[in-house]
Amino acid sequence: MTTAIDSSILTLVTFIPLTGGLLLLLVPRRDRDIRIFSLVVTLLAFVLSLHLPVHFHRMQGGFQYEVNKHWISSPNIHYHMGVDGFSLWLVVLTTFLTPLCVLISWNSIHERVKEFFIILLILETALIGVFTSLDMFLFYFFWEATLIPMALLIGMYGHGRRVYAAVKFFLYTMIASVFMLAAILWLYSKVGTFDFVTVQRVIRGGNVENFGGAAIWLFLGFFIAFAVKVPLFPLHTWLPDAHVEAPTAGSVLLAGVLLKMGTYGMLRFNLGLFPEQSRQNAPWIIALALIGIIYGALVAMVQPNMKKLIAYSSISHLGFVVLGIFSFTAAGLNGAEFVMLAHGVSTGALFMLAGILYERRHTYEIAEFGGLATPMPMYAAFFLFIVLASVGLPLLNGFVGEFLVLSGAFAARAVYGILAATGVIWSACYLLWMYQRVFFGKVTQDVNNSLTDLSRREKIALWPTAVVALTMGVAPLLWLSMIDPAARTALAPFSQIVSSVVGQ
Amino acid sequence: MNPGGESMQSLPLGVDYIRFLPEIVLSIFGMIVMGLDPLVDEQRSQKLLGMVALLGTLTALAATLLMSQYPGSAFWNMIQVDSFSVFFHFLVIAVAALVILSSYEYMTVQRIRAGEYYGLILFGAVGMALMSSAVELVLIFIALEISSISTYILAGFRRREAISSESSIKYFLLGSFATAFFLYGVALMFGATGSTSIWQISQVLHSRVPLLAYVATAFMFVGLGFKVASAPFHVWTPDVYEGAPAPIVGLMSTGPKAAVFAVLLRIFFQANAPGRFWLIWVSAALSMTLGNVAALVQTNIKRLLAYSSIAHAGYLLIAFAVPQTAIADTGISSAMFYTVAYAAMNVGAFAVVSHLAGAGEHRVELEDYAGLGRRSPLLAATLTIFLLSLIGIPMTGGFFAKFYVFSAALKANLVVLTLIGVINSAIGAYYYLRVIVLMYMREPREETALPRVPIGVGITLAITAITTICLGLFPGRVVNYSLRSAHELVHPEMSATDIRRPSVIR
Repeated sequence: MTTAIDSSILTLVTFIPLTGGLLLLLVPRRDRDIRIFSLVVTLLAFVLSLHLPVHFHRMQGGFQYEVNKHWISSPNIHYHMGVDGFSLWLVVLTTFLTPLCVLISWNSIHERVKEFFIILLILETALIGVFTSLDMFLFYFFWEATLIPMALLIGMYGHGRRVYAAVKFFLYTMIASVFMLAAILWLYSKVGTFDFVTVQRVIRGGNVENFGGAAIWLFLGFFIAFAVKVPLFPLHTWLPDAHVEAPTAGSVLLAGVLLKMGTYGMLRFNLGLFPEQSRQNAPWIIALALIGIIYGALVAMVQPNMKKLIAYSSISHLGFVVLGIFSFTAAGLNGAEFVMLAHGVSTGALFMLAGILYERRHTYEIAEFGGLATPMPMYAAFFLFIVLASVGLPLLNGFVGEFLVLSGAFAARAVYGILAATGVIWSACYLLWMYQRVFFGKVTQDVNNSLTDLSRREKIALWPTAVVALTMGVAPLLWLSMIDPAARTALAPFSQIVSSVVGQ
Repeated sequence: MNPGGESMQSLPLGVDYIRFLPEIVLSIFGMIVMGLDPLVDEQRSQKLLGMVALLGTLTALAATLLMSQYPGSAFWNMIQVDSFSVFFHFLVIAVAALVILSSYEYMTVQRIRAGEYYGLILFGAVGMALMSSAVELVLIFIALEISSISTYILAGFRRREAISSESSIKYFLLGSFATAFFLYGVALMFGATGSTSIWQISQVLHSRVPLLAYVATAFMFVGLGFKVASAPFHVWTPDVYEGAPAPIVGLMSTGPKAAVFAVLLRIFFQANAPGRFWLIWVSAALSMTLGNVAALVQTNIKRLLAYSSIAHAGYLLIAFAVPQTAIADTGISSAMFYTVAYAAMNVGAFAVVSHLAGAGEHRVELEDYAGLGRRSPLLAATLTIFLLSLIGIPMTGGFFAKFYVFSAALKANLVVLTLIGVINSAIGAYYYLRVIVLMYMREPREETALPRVPIGVGITLAITAITTICLGLFPGRVVNYSLRSAHELVHPEMSATDIRRPSVIR
């Protein structure tokens, strides 16, 4: 019984949103029904995805819940899915955030509602698929499939310069990912399969002809696709535009999940297939990550626009993830994965909070606000909680990940740790300063006096993020105990393996 | 041209006619359409003649099914029925059927008399079908002319528009020039090898490759390259596509193209014509680059799709650059898959274009597509599927086709050519995306109600869209079939036993 569930659970979780989206085509255009239907579908996917961590064999490094079926015989393509400690949590993060996106878009999307939720559900399937697929064709398939729904979300439901932002987003990521396609095809031409596990084994066995000369190009082919997605400085310029113009749900998924596709890809493919090249190229990658951390933070500091500020803070936080990955230490990898999850939850929540304010005032300009704590006390409390989580206050989720990454970075080279640690300070500066300007003091503009506090629906959307942020901070082992074996497996080919974090 | 002179006296076998049945059926129906035209009055003729023509294509599809049961050669080794020719028969006849379906309403809107129009489509299909089964260069030339002359006339069918006549004349003059090149190539090949039969050429070239054969190959490639609109023989394409009736562009850009690619496959892989590598390499790289770059600045949807078809010819040609070794199978089969995927998405895209064009085709600017997502969500969604497929986004046939071609090329170590292709498909994304952006993210320019989608166009769109998606999700069957055909093409002796049967029956 359990085996039947175990082998089909990933398929179910991945395709339930898509099925829901297709069924939605048949639902009549009554906006309320459509919203409720989407909420039910996304919640169903979330509940099912909880099966994954509950029945996961902890302390086991390999892939679990695997399903491997023939899809296309020539070229040799398999429907191969499976998760390990890294991808499992990213799947759950996706299914966790999407129902919240539905809730937060309840009233803010009021025209072309049906299309909106269909696109959202298709996007969810594509995102989950990226994390679950173990066949590189399937991976690329889902990877590219995320592009169109996201670009449509930005372009159809965004604000102001939405078309520009959507096209920029699309072109940046599309152009970069064709290099990954070329690399995948090259590997296929030599190995004869797209299967990640097999390709990894063959490469490690040294049985690929011409691998020595091509490896660096393959590494870069994968890396450029991921680096644009992360985004790594200097390829980040699409991100602020996309975020500022995107609707709230788009921003939440963009920051919460889409960016992690890049860092996940680095973990899985760059480290998994090209350990040698990863090590050789680590210095300049780390340098770019450090620049991203500090540059992102400094630019965030001077943003007059709340959403742009959060967008730049994402660049800074994702810099930590890349730093952790390329420190090649168990602490670094654990931390990188943990930062991904923590950032997904807290930045997702920040974007929801910004969106709530936008619904009331139709602006993100920080200067338009001031003293909001008086008319909106509940909102201010939530905002503060999430800001603190994002800043990295101990006992909240941001702290654990950043701490682990920093300790990994110190172990790799002290100067990395020192430079990155300044990023933590910067993030406290820009977020708290923003908080002060928006919430403290007297109400500066009369319109803001009449702002209503959180509605019940908004509270329902925000509570889960706060609870998860606290739980991740208090009991990180719930997560780390599954991440650590995956991290150790990923580090196996590297000579210096720092002792496991959990064991200590 | 058959050197076995005495064989000419014997009568063809009965089974030979079955191997030629689809062409016979199409010709008969074409003549029926032509004959009926003056007999029925003009109002009723549109529907009736269209139905007859459609029936003709469906019967021809059935005939192809029957033909596929009798593999072998016919008419003194002039025609070869193998999985390869059956594949292309299905493709071109299906394309003709879809174009006929999507023409019904178009003809009424444009006030074009139907008779010869449907007849010419059927005759064109005869030529295209024959091209895929002919294994005799002179017969290939005749088939090419049958198909070309039909399309020359069809291109000029919007008689009231000067631009359509321009299109027709341009196509005719340049096209005749190109076919002359092909014929010259055939003559040179005869001089070099002493035969015009693909088999005998292959055998001669197997033992020695005279210098003249290289020249012959180049000349034939000039002629055929013109027909598939590959650079540097592509200059006619945008003008002709812009002027020709939109459904006919859907036909021209898929049917004859697929058939000519079939001919190219036979000449290069079956007859072993020498020196193809650099010819193909340069032409493919040029086509992709010129097509995509020129498409970036187009404002007319028909011109945009014309440049896009040049680019796609380039992607397809990549598959032809694989060497004549074990991997030739993959190359051929990826080219075959590409023709199907391209036919599905392009016929569909042009069905949408011809539906929206309106009387006198005055709504063919990109701006006319603004806000289509609001005015007609379903039509916009269908066109989006085709455009995504043309970009090569997963879940569509276009993606798998490109993927398959690139994968075959990399298997043959054509790294640079693949990189050019990959980069080009990224550039190409921009101009297709522009149309999608216009449809969904801009306000409509005029708020006039769109005409209802008539049933013919509806069926065409449904079939092409479903095919596009299915080719993307479950390409297995088509790939396997094309692989088998490719194998038969390269190793004919292993599959069809009666190919070598004596052509003389006394």
